[in-house]
Amino acid sequence: MYKATINVTLKKSVLDPQGQTVLHALSTLGFKEAKDLRVGKFFELTVDEADKTRAEARIREMCDKLLINPVIEEYSLTMREEKAAR
Amino acid sequence: MGSMKAAVIVFPGSNCDTDCFNVLKDVMRMDVSFVWHKERALPKVDLVILPGGFSYGDYLRTGAVARFSPAMESVIKHAGEGRLVLGICNGFQILLESGLLPGAMLRNESLSFVCEHVWLRVEETASVFTRNLKKGETICVPIAHGEGNYFCDDDTLKRLKDESRIAFRYASKSGQVTRDFNPNGSRENIAGIFNEKRNILGMMPHPERASEPVLGLDHGRKIFESLIGA
Repeated sequence: MYKATINVTLKKSVLDPQGQTVLHALSTLGFKEAKDLRVGKFFELTVDEADKTRAEARIREMCDKLLINPVIEEYSLTMREEKAAR
Repeated sequence: MGSMKAAVIVFPGSNCDTDCFNVLKDVMRMDVSFVWHKERALPKVDLVILPGGFSYGDYLRTGAVARFSPAMESVIKHAGEGRLVLGICNGFQILLESGLLPGAMLRNESLSFVCEHVWLRVEETASVFTRNLKKGETICVPIAHGEGNYFCDDDTLKRLKDESRIAFRYASKSGQVTRDFNPNGSRENIAGIFNEKRNILGMMPHPERASEPVLGLDHGRKIFESLIGA
């Protein structure tokens, strides 16, 4: 079993109005050092697959097919092994 | 008239399906049927409508889950055979997610849901959807969406322009296309686009809500009239 964490953000070339609004709010609160902020989303996905290479290939397939829209989004993936529940 | 057969696909969360059905059947006198999203077999029709709404609660991304419903397999096949598909609002979002049209929808620039009447400038009339309109004329049609901020990369935008595939732009009543008349932040005020073969039209505004005088507006009717006899 592998547990994947998938972080999704809008591509740099895509305007993120939500991120800009939140950044503006931080600035209003006095956090002047906040300079760039992107709002994204996060998936935590457990897959029943013992082989790490195969698990990663399948997860990337899931990302490309459904989880991510490559026209506007990009993602980063990290994985760690999970002990299967008995 | 009356010879055209149409189907309105109904997803869980569709809410403009009945409006579309009503316009096609009672106003345009088409032979219309509803098709539930779980039905894999589509009846033999000339036109498929993907209606507005919030299919699958807009979970994940607008249209992202609907695009994999069994009925969509048939819609993709139907479109591939050159028959007609009109996606309105959520239907447009589903067309983008399914790759039948290029680009993607972002949250409205204002982050607000917009529900208002807008003017559209007709950009292209060489299509079965827009042939009864005049190039450059403006029509008033309602919009109601939270994610109608059309985005595509520069190459796609250039192709859309070079191939005259932009159907409508948000504009003033007199046809000025400027930021002031852009309700959601869409690139170049794009409100609707065609695929390459122009048998698919996706648009955020709702012509089905503006096709009868009793509703206060009937400018959208010209789109459905264009389709008659296609």
